[in-house]
Amino acid sequence: MHLPITPLSSTSPKDYVADHVRAIPRSGIRDFFEIVQSMKGVISLGIGEPDFVTPWHIREAAIYALERGKTGYTSNLGSLNLREEISRYVASDYKLQYDPATEILVAVGVSEALDLALRAVCNPGDEVLYHEPCYVSYSPSIALAHGVAVALGTEEKDEFKLRPDVLRAAITPKSKVLLLNFPCNPTGGVMTAGELAEIAEICIEHNLLVITDEIYSELSYGNGHTSIASLPGMRERTIFLHGFSKAFAMTGFRIGYACAPAPLIDAMMRIHQYGILCAPIVSQEAALEALRHGRADMEEMREQYRLRRNFLVHAFRNMGLPCFEPRGAFYLFPSIKSTGMSSHDFAFGLLKAEQVAVVPGTAFGPSGEGHVRCSYATGMSQLEIAVERIARFAARK
Amino acid sequence: MDALLSLLEENALATPEVLAAQLKTTPDEIKKQIKQLEKDRVILAYKAIVDDEKAKRTNVKAVIEVRVTPEREGGFDKLANRVAQYREVHSCFLMSGGFDLLVFIEGKTLQEVAGFVSEKLSTLPGVLSTATHFNLKTYKQQGVLPHKVEPEERLQVSP
Repeated sequence: MHLPITPLSSTSPKDYVADHVRAIPRSGIRDFFEIVQSMKGVISLGIGEPDFVTPWHIREAAIYALERGKTGYTSNLGSLNLREEISRYVASDYKLQYDPATEILVAVGVSEALDLALRAVCNPGDEVLYHEPCYVSYSPSIALAHGVAVALGTEEKDEFKLRPDVLRAAITPKSKVLLLNFPCNPTGGVMTAGELAEIAEICIEHNLLVITDEIYSELSYGNGHTSIASLPGMRERTIFLHGFSKAFAMTGFRIGYACAPAPLIDAMMRIHQYGILCAPIVSQEAALEALRHGRADMEEMREQYRLRRNFLVHAFRNMGLPCFEPRGAFYLFPSIKSTGMSSHDFAFGLLKAEQVAVVPGTAFGPSGEGHVRCSYATGMSQLEIAVERIARFAARK
Repeated sequence: MDALLSLLEENALATPEVLAAQLKTTPDEIKKQIKQLEKDRVILAYKAIVDDEKAKRTNVKAVIEVRVTPEREGGFDKLANRVAQYREVHSCFLMSGGFDLLVFIEGKTLQEVAGFVSEKLSTLPGVLSTATHFNLKTYKQQGVLPHKVEPEERLQVSP
């Protein structure tokens, strides 16, 4: 005879979810996405990926890799060919020297590389400082690594650069990591070598590790780009993250990399080898082609973005919505304070009234209030229509 | 000037206002520059690129390799200029390699194109021989693909 099994207490599946995961707020961008998806005829300036298709020769290299039967695993760190090419690329373009054998790890996008870096270095309770408004994943990624996320506000009057005094004021004995992202998503802010040197000095003084996400670095429209890792005394305390998504329009390939001193890469590899094993081989082959022969495509796309940026800055200023001229990435972060609306109301109002999607600045942290993010990874013809509609909306208020 | 030309080559219908915003100048300055480019015949013409198949056109297009005898004075120029004058000739280039002139022509029918080659082109003094190749299908013209390749279904909002 079987005895009936009676549960001791009623448990909802939700109760199984770990506390630190449950504590992660729903992404603001996700809510907005659901509404936009349900509407017809929307022009979206809310897209954080290039509107270009991956250049043909890179796609063709991926196809050719399949034809040659490249369908297996690679080394955990990524194929040596690719790591050697990455080593050459960061040496020539970032003045950074990394040994392909031990100091470079190929990951599934910068997203994975960032996760690895944080998990590899955070002990529970370690503080990770990052500037805000920022990419949506930073704070949750830190929390998932059991770190404590400490946001450092940046402001439009400083062109959304990280100010040394703001950094200095936030440092405590628990501070361990500074996470940087310049050019910045969502602000388009950049930092010059001189400005980074001031930040570097503080990091050295307080023995901070820097994780620098330079995914937009090729899309710099000013006087080139400097990596903080290349400054004196910084290489040994920096994890340099980069990838192919933005510069080579390869978001769907999910391929990025980390460069750092061997002990740090080794620590990241311990997580990567069990969690992921290796980045997909087809994407690695495509990335190799991008580095070997993709420079002209990258430069052409950058020029297109630069021209669109000029157009959009001009248009917003004409509408009476002030915005500083972003020096990198493909986002404009205009202030909408003059309309008297919150970021949320402006974005939802604009979507409803004129079917144009922009992302509320608050999706990138509370300090994004008063701004919206407009992506110019959209063709000129669409941008022209969008601008007309936004102007009509702004004039009504 | 170069940047303006590139933008016009991309889209000749771009308005002076948009071009000015992109190039950080004024619409009046753009208009002035375009006028000058037209006057200097740097910009030769503005044309639409048409997908003949979609427009249901049955035109016949051909490429002709022409071997010629260069003249004592004037080299290839004199004859090439004569060839280029014909209404049927769309483009005409002097080439390196096994032949001299490459001539792109278009006609309403096969007969029209054949007639042009046999009666006009080959009978020109100085033309040694011709080899005519007819277009069967167009996969790309003037840098434009007939079917636009766009990223499939980009997410409408992404971080």
